[in-house]
Amino acid sequence: MTTAQEHKSGGMKQDLIVYLCILVLAAIQFVIAYQNIDATQMFFRMLIVSLVEAGLALLFFMHMWTEKRAFMWAAGIITVFVLLTLQYSWTDAFRLSNGVPWAK
Amino acid sequence: MSQADLTMHGHPTIAGQPPFSLSAKKMAMWLFIIADTATFAGCLVAYGFLRNATVNWPRPFHSITNVALMTFILVTSSLTMLFGVRAAQAGSKAGALRWLYTTAGLGIVFAFLHVREWLALIDEGMTLFHNPWGTGLFGASFFSITGLHLTHVTGGVIALIVVGIRYNTGRYKADDLEVLGLYWHFVDLVWMFVVPMVYLLNLAH
Repeated sequence: MTTAQEHKSGGMKQDLIVYLCILVLAAIQFVIAYQNIDATQMFFRMLIVSLVEAGLALLFFMHMWTEKRAFMWAAGIITVFVLLTLQYSWTDAFRLSNGVPWAK
Repeated sequence: MSQADLTMHGHPTIAGQPPFSLSAKKMAMWLFIIADTATFAGCLVAYGFLRNATVNWPRPFHSITNVALMTFILVTSSLTMLFGVRAAQAGSKAGALRWLYTTAGLGIVFAFLHVREWLALIDEGMTLFHNPWGTGLFGASFFSITGLHLTHVTGGVIALIVVGIRYNTGRYKADDLEVLGLYWHFVDLVWMFVVPMVYLLNLAH
């Protein structure tokens, strides 16, 4: 890592702040788990918190923030595309849970 | 003018420029991480599919203490890994090794807690294809997802020790620690999705 990158990455103070933020977000997930809400709502709330946690880890722990923007875009677009195509199976899961004779 | 001549005269060549200004090792690790993201995402989506499509999905977890402790340990190990890399970049070999081995130690504690949890579930009658609470698919998906993650943690601990030894002998540099750090943070990142999907959504209420 060059000196400029080190400066941009923020140092140990930033590491500690990001670490504490991730711990707080993890704690929020545990609180959500005990909320009296339906499973779908709970899933989406937890997923949003997980995505924020992962974003912080990617940008600051894995130093994606200090890499070239072109790399960030290339890696991001490829990964998001793969993750989105994986969601292809959900319609069938809902068909199974709602449509088959033994579902209800 | 040949390629060698161009390089000798200081002209940058297409072949000589690393893509995105990343070193070959770092680029290889990022490619591995992108591929491994697809692996874990595939497992978690398949798990979500099964959970959604199965009526009697078990909710066997009564306490969050163990998984909360495991999460705390893994996130803390990411911080110690960061400190190790920073110490190596600052030229402090002793500091880097101390943080590197602390990270490995936290990884071992995490693996120990994980195995202890597995044994407790096996004691309660949960196997790959059977459990006393509901569909047998739960055991298969739980053990495969957490097992895949545990394999990554175990591999990471071994890598931390090997890289630490080689860094101590001067064979590896701070850059190599940074590349290993990427892997370790990725393992932590995956856990951020495993915890809510596999544990918290299956808490007994």
